[in-house]
Order: sequence, then C-alpha cells, then structure tokens
Amino acid sequence: MTNQTQSSENTFSFRQIDLRRRGRTRETIIQGFLFLCGFLSIFVTFGIIYELGKESLLFFGNQQWSSTNKPLAAAIDDQQTAFEIGTQGTAIQEEAVYRIENEVIFVETVAGTQVTAQRGYQESLAAAHREGLTLETELRPGLQEFFTGTEWAPQNGKFGILPLLNATLIVSGIAILVAVPLGLATAIYLSEYASNRARNVLKPLLEILAGVPTVVYGFFALTFMTPLLRSMLGNDVVNIYNMASAGIVIGILILPFVSTVSEDALSAVPRSLREAALSLGATKFETAVRVVVPAAFSGIAAAVILAASRAIGETMIVAIASGAGPNFTFNPFQAAETMTGHIVRISGGDMSYNSIDYNSIFAVGLMLFIMTLALNIFSQRIVRRFREIYE
Amino acid sequence: MQTNPQSELAPAQNGKYAIQTNNLAIYYGDFRAVKEVNLNIEPRRITAIIGPSGCGKTTVLRAFNRMNELIPSVRTEGEVIFGGRNIYEREVDPVEVRRRIGMVFQKPNPFPKSIFENIAWGARINGFKGNMNQLVEDTLKSAALWDEVNDKLEQSGLSLSGGQQQRLCIARAIAVKPDIILMDEPCSALDPIATLRIEELMRDLAKEYTIIIVTHNMQQAARVSDYTAFFSLSEDGKRSGMLMEYGDTKTMFTNPKQKLTEDYITGRFG
Amino acid sequence: MSTLRKRREFIESEQQLAARHTKGKIWLAAFQIALLVGVLVLVVLLLTIINTSFGYSAVENEVDPENLAVNGVPLEELPQEALVEILTQNISAGLFARFESEQPVAERPAEELYDLIQEHVISPQVKESWNLVDSLTRRGEILAVIETKYPEAELKFFSWVNWDFVRSQQSSHPEIAGIRTAILGSVWTIAIAIFFSLPVGIAAAIYLQDYAPDNFINRVIQTNINNLAGVPSIIYGILGLAIFVRAFGFFTSGIAFGAADPSTANGRTIVSAGLTLGILVLPLVIINAQEAIKAVPNSLREAGFGLGATRWQTVWSHVLPNALPGVLTGSILAVSRAIGETAPLIVIGASTFIQVDPGGPFSKFTTLPAQIYQWTVRPQGAFHNIAAAASLVLLVLLLALNATAILLRNRYSRRY
Repeated sequence: MTNQTQSSENTFSFRQIDLRRRGRTRETIIQGFLFLCGFLSIFVTFGIIYELGKESLLFFGNQQWSSTNKPLAAAIDDQQTAFEIGTQGTAIQEEAVYRIENEVIFVETVAGTQVTAQRGYQESLAAAHREGLTLETELRPGLQEFFTGTEWAPQNGKFGILPLLNATLIVSGIAILVAVPLGLATAIYLSEYASNRARNVLKPLLEILAGVPTVVYGFFALTFMTPLLRSMLGNDVVNIYNMASAGIVIGILILPFVSTVSEDALSAVPRSLREAALSLGATKFETAVRVVVPAAFSGIAAAVILAASRAIGETMIVAIASGAGPNFTFNPFQAAETMTGHIVRISGGDMSYNSIDYNSIFAVGLMLFIMTLALNIFSQRIVRRFREIYE
Repeated sequence: MQTNPQSELAPAQNGKYAIQTNNLAIYYGDFRAVKEVNLNIEPRRITAIIGPSGCGKTTVLRAFNRMNELIPSVRTEGEVIFGGRNIYEREVDPVEVRRRIGMVFQKPNPFPKSIFENIAWGARINGFKGNMNQLVEDTLKSAALWDEVNDKLEQSGLSLSGGQQQRLCIARAIAVKPDIILMDEPCSALDPIATLRIEELMRDLAKEYTIIIVTHNMQQAARVSDYTAFFSLSEDGKRSGMLMEYGDTKTMFTNPKQKLTEDYITGRFG
Repeated sequence: MSTLRKRREFIESEQQLAARHTKGKIWLAAFQIALLVGVLVLVVLLLTIINTSFGYSAVENEVDPENLAVNGVPLEELPQEALVEILTQNISAGLFARFESEQPVAERPAEELYDLIQEHVISPQVKESWNLVDSLTRRGEILAVIETKYPEAELKFFSWVNWDFVRSQQSSHPEIAGIRTAILGSVWTIAIAIFFSLPVGIAAAIYLQDYAPDNFINRVIQTNINNLAGVPSIIYGILGLAIFVRAFGFFTSGIAFGAADPSTANGRTIVSAGLTLGILVLPLVIINAQEAIKAVPNSLREAGFGLGATRWQTVWSHVLPNALPGVLTGSILAVSRAIGETAPLIVIGASTFIQVDPGGPFSKFTTLPAQIYQWTVRPQGAFHNIAAAASLVLLVLLLALNATAILLRNRYSRRY
C-alpha cells in the first residue's frame, strides 16, 4: 500500500467548507415561473366553467315576454289596481306576472273580465295605458322545460333542448356505428395479421385521414356523400341537408382515432398470451378475437368512448351538411341542427350581447362541455378499472 | 453482538475523518433499507464497501452526497458529518454538497456533448473563471485520458470506448475540485483491461482525493482499497442492510473478525 | 370399442378444424376490407376535391374584355394611365366617388386597377360549372347546353387552383376571388397562437416533469390538462368569445392602444383569434413536450446533479437540448391542428367578407378554413369550385408541414 505524501497535510486539515444554503434567487424565480405556467391550465378550466356557468345562469334567468293577445277593455291610468280586460286571447292567470307596454304588473285575482293587480311590479314604472293594448305573459326558460321541451326557438320562448340534443345523439350514433366496426377491424388486422412493411405503409395513410381538416370533410359530405345517398335511396327520401351524411363522414373522421388507439391497446398485450393460445391449437383468428381483444378490452373501450366524445363535439361537418334549423325527428335523412351547429350558426350571424340567443349559446355550450367531460372521465375510469394484469 | 466496529481501530491518521456517518438509517417508504450505520472514512484513502446484493451498499453511498433525495419516497435518519456539520441539516445546501462530493456511476454517462464540453460544463456552472483549456488538460491528465484524446477534444464524449468514457466521467468529476469521490461499481460495465486501468487511476487519485467505492468484486476490493466496510443483511427478519465489519483491508481479508465476513470473502455466500 | 370412439372424435374434429380455418379466412378478408374502406375513403376524398377544382365553366361577361383593348393592345398589357381611363369611363359616378375616397384612382398601381376593372367592368359571371370528370367526358353535351341556355357565354376551362387564386383577395364574384386575405389571416393568427402557446406549454411541461413533486395539486393539474385536450374546440371558441372578444374587448379591439380598425372597432380581431387558438393548442403542446422530456434518460440528470448543478442548470443544459427534437415535432403537430381549426374562429367572429388585407393584430380577419366554410355554404355552384380549390391549397400546406415534421424527427433521432 502506498504511503501518503509526507506533506504538512498529514492531518486532514479542512479548508473552509461552507455548506450553507445559498440564496439562489434566479433559481427560485425560474421555478416560480414554471409553476405558474403549469397552473395556467387550471385557470383555463375555471375560465370555461365560469363563463359557461355565468351566461347560462343569465339564460335561465332571462325574462322573455310573449303576447297573450288579451287586450285592455278600457284605458287605465297609472294608479288603478282593478281594471277590465277583453275576451279574446289566452286567459289571464292569477298570481302571475304580466307586462303592459313597459310596465310589469302582478295579477292577483281574476274574476271573469275583472282583474286586480299590483302596479309597478319589479321596480318598473307605473304608467297610463290606452285601451286595446295587449298583455304579455312572462317566459322564463326553466330547467324542466330545457330538458324536456321538444321545441327550440328562444326568440319565441321555446327552450326545449331536446331537438338539438336528439340531433347530436343521432349524428354521433351513426358516426360510432361507422367508425367502431371499421376501426376495430382495421386495428385487429394491423396488429395481428399485417407484416411490418404493410404496417409501415398503412399506418401513415390512416394518419393522413386523421389530419384532414374538418371543414374539408364538411365540404366532402355536402358534395359527395349527400349526392351519393340521394342517388342510392332517392331524392325524396334523402334531404339535401341530412343527418346521415354528416354522421357517416364524422365516422370516417374518427375512424383513424379508433383504429390507432385500439391498435396500441392490442399491441400492448404481451406476446406470451398469443403464444399460449396458439400452442393450444387455436387458429390465428380465434387467438385474435377470443384472447387478444378481450385482453385489450379496457383500451378499446376507452378508445370508443373518446371517439364518441369527439363525435359529439364535432362542429364543421354538421354545420355544413346537417341542416340549419332545430328539428326534432328520428329520421336520419332529414335536416336537423345539432348542438354544435346551433352554436356556430348563432354566433356566425349578427347578435347583440344581451339577446336571448347569445345567452343560449352558453347554455348549450355548458351542456356540451358537461357531456364530453363526463365521457372523457368515464373513459379514464374504465382504463383504470379494467386494465388487465398480465403477469 | 454488534459492537461498534470503529472503536477497535486506532485511527491511522491523527486528524479528522473525511466524512462520517452517525447511526445512519435510510427508508424507502416504510421499508428500512439500511440501519445503524456508523462509518468513519479516512481521508485520502480508498475505502471499499462490499457485501452481497441487496444489502444497501449503493444506498449508503448515495447517502453521502444526498443523491437519495432524488427518489421521492426516501427518508434519511441519523447524521452524515462532513465539513464539521451534518449535511442533512436544513441550512445545508445539497447542491454545494454534491459539488464537494462527486460521483462516478455504474454505467458511464458522459453528456452527449464534446469531450471538452463534458469537463468544462461542470466547472463553468460552479463559477470557474480561470483558464478552461488548462483545466481540461489537467483533469484529463489526472484521469489518464489526455494522451488518448488530446487531438479530438471536440468529438462527442459518446464516441469513446466504455473504459474511456468512464475515465472521462472521472475527469468530469474531478474538474469541480471535490474533496471526496464516490464510485458506484465503476468497473462493472467494463472489460478486465479497462478495469485494471481504472484501478491504477484510483490509486493515483487517492493521493489527492478521498475515494469511496462500492464494489461487487472482492478481488478488486482487495487489490485497490486501504479500508474495507462489509455490509450484509440483518438477521432480525426485517432484512435491513447493516455494517457488519470495518477494518483495514489487509487484516479484513486475511483475518476477518466475524464468521459472516469470512464466509462472504471466501465465497461461501453472496 | 374405445378406439372406435377415438376415431370418430378425430374425424369430427377434422371437419370442425376445416370449418374453423374457413371462418378465420372469411374474417381476415373482412378485416382487410375494413382497412381498404379507410384507404378508399381517403382516395375518394382527394379525388372529389380535385374533381371540383378543375373543369369547364360557362362564363358570361358584361363587357367583353376584347372591347376594352386599346389600339389592339389587350387589357392585361395596358399601362397604368390607360387603365385609369378605362375604369373612369366605364363605372358609375357613385362607384367612382367611393373608390376615390378610399384612395385616388390615379394613384393606384396597375395591378389593382386591372383587378377593379375585372370585377366592376367586365364582371364575369359563371352561369354554370362542371367538374373535371364531366368536363373530360361530356364535352359535347356541355357545349350543347351552353348553346341553348347561355348563348352569351363562352366556355372556359378553369383550373380553379392557380397562382392568381392564391394571390387575389376576396370578392363576391367566385371567378376572380382569391385566398390571399385568408392565407394572411391564417398566418397572423397562427403566429400569435404559437408565440403564446409554445413557451408557456414547454414551461409547463418542464415543471410537470422535472420539478413537480407527486402531490395532490400536481396530479390535479395533470388530469386537468388531459381533460382539456379532449374538450371540443368549439367550447374554446365560446371561451374566447366571452373573454377575449367581450370582456377584454377594450384591449383586443385595439382601442386601448389607439390602433383600432376604423370600420368596426370591436374585439373580433386577429389578436382574439390568435389567443383563442393558443389556448386551444396549449394542452397539446404540453402533452407532447412532456413525452419528449420524459424520454430523456435519467442518467443524464444524475450526472448533472452529481456535479453539483442546480436543477435548472441541469434542465437547461442537458434535458432541454435532448428533448428538443421531440418538442419541435410536437410544435409542428400543434401548428397543423391550429391551421385546420374552423369552429372556434367562426364563433369568435371571422368576418364573412373582408377585402382588405389584415393590417395588424387589431384588424378584422378571416382564415383559410373559415373561408372554405363560407364558400361551401353558398348556393351558387361556382363557390363550390373555389371552396374545393382552397381546400386543395390547405391540404398541400398541411402535407408540407407534416412532412417537415417527419423529416425533422428522423434527422434528429438519427443523430442522437
């Protein structure tokens, strides 16, 4: 063993070792900035929820007026609390809010054609009104009407979202019917049968399909798919704008997504599982369908759910090809506006910031957001719960 | 049964120790990987840590320069005394600790940069303001690599052979002027010839630096080290790593005090 | 007795075996057909667009351009002064006054005058247009139709995609409309989107991968980003409408900076569009950058730390440079996504008809996909042609972008 040098450093003399923490300000600032950027995403989510929520509340709190065609039988001054009404028009209800010109009144009793009412209700200005003016009844979009009403015409006080929701579901349903079988079949082929060379050619092709902008798909739906359907099924069966065209093309749009994600799930199944099945004398098809696909089930299910979420949120294809007016129908060959199509149509036109139409965008948007969020979370749950443990 | 192995050794030097541990215990979550470690490392000597796999050698080594903290579930108890204080104290800056106590890893990991830049980078971020070219040359010479690479300093560090890469990593480590160099099985990924060259290098480096090396290879420990620490698993059923015996290498290998040590050294287990 | 039984079982399974194989083959064919359908659709899509982008049209001019030639020199080659003359003589006083007020006619460049003459004097109108296939196969028929229905019109073969198309600005006449305004709008909005989302996104990714401890808040942030990536793009449009256009309208319209567009000062500007797109692609950028940073081997970080480097020094000098190729391809993917986005921009308020090039961040805007949408929903046939032509341009752009991304990725991964 070598001996250490005979220097004065026989003993280990410590140089001044200062191990104290340095204030590394630059480091802290940078770290703070990075954290803020990460946190920004939370702001975005809050922004979405806040804006959608706020305007939706305005929507549901909005007061609309609709004429009852019930006229005043005689002129009234600004003090009268009892007056006479005509016989035409819809009956006046007791304990309800009505409006004459700009004044809001609260009707207390109705006896034949005699009405008593509080004047200047809801801080409106009591004023004299001439004979013949009609009363207006109050309309408020209520949650119940929102979810169960079958007519959507906010300008006319009809606030049922079912037509829009129904159209969205039909279009998405058709899209899933197209995309899932085709996508899954493609995925099985690519993962279980295709050679490496084939896969290297085919996968990029599918990627290209996924990269086409949706507006181009919309153009395609209008100029190719619809004429095709019309020529196949007849011009009177298929409308120029119809849900089926849009649905099929959306299916094509999400097909690569279903295919890619399913293929990833299938490839993740370890080879040993396949080998076990084959060594028992199963055919390739039986192995693929009875062993590999069930093993990859959670991934495939997640893919389908996410694809559904995308189909629901799809806008341009329906805006172009599906129709520009709410229509509650189950016939896919008719025109009907979806939730997303409605939002685009309303916001693409002229609108003032406090109209009921503007607020309706947010209510519909909130519904859309909740639906897609629920689907996304659901798909994550499925992956977690059903993920098979292989080893 | 476990007496403190340190108390039986008269310190070879009359000075302080390079680094010491005091009842060091390290936990991964709830699992206690290492317990009751009391080690005093002699300065400017080579200390080898040997023992069967899984007994916490690397964990102990990484405790010396606070690298264990990079793993989220790790908890350290006890003290590691360096420079007169416990380096796990709150006031102590781990970044500075790591500059003072350098590390060479099991698999050579030079930066994907030029040879020159590999060495210069560490120096630069630690505030080196002198002549970089000189520094690079000096460290490469100390690492016995200068002759082989002086004409290709701009080439990527990854273009060197395994043994050369490891020497580059050693050069990189000494460029920041540490007091102690930790080596985690530095030769396990290298062939025997490269291994011998590194061992030669270690002996040279020991003139200036304190070296602590974890090794699987007992012959290497016997060849290279001045002191040896033998770790094994505790017998209390909890399988924590413990320091079983410590002493100067010659004595340990010819006349170990404990049967466990003797069994390990003679290859009866491990 | 038992051997007989065994043989019978054996025979049965032979038949069964054949049946199983056949079934497998049938299904294999089904799978292949499914794949083929996907590829087929892509081909059909491209063909449809190409088909509509080229073809014959019956064009009727109000004023025959040949009549505008001076001394045998055709219209396109006339000097600027002659063009001024022609324009002044052939348009109404009111129209002339309007032009004068925007910019004196005599000062305008020849190209612009030519365009104006085209639009307001010659005023070509496409009476009917046919697609490529029809044009090639039914030429005789088409000629006959033109004879009877549009005697004044002449037959022209349009390649609706041409350099003029790219160069010209919007117009209510599909024949001379171009996509210049739209392309500029796209470029501006994407530039703003990238300028905002790339640094913020990469910073967030660095934080999440290298800094964030595994605690509740950070897991929430991560889940949140994953969810945001799945939100339909139109919701981002609504968000942008509410926040950038309306709430911050004072700033985004340029009023705050005294730079507002004189015609309509509101928040429906390029700035709002760019920021909305930026927020839209932010989750994408973050997730991609995270993958790239995750792929950097941990041994590099350990080497850095072992030398006494701080975390930022290690990240800046070692992690980021090695993650750069992945981050780059991720950014290009984000750009591709942003280019094709239409719905949010329409909600924000892409203008349906603007003829002026965007002059700055506070101008009104339209983008290429928005333009395609607006042309597609017009009833006149010729608009479909230019919509197809614009789609072709968009697709080529995207192809070039993605090809660059793939090239970059291959080049960098080989070096590493």
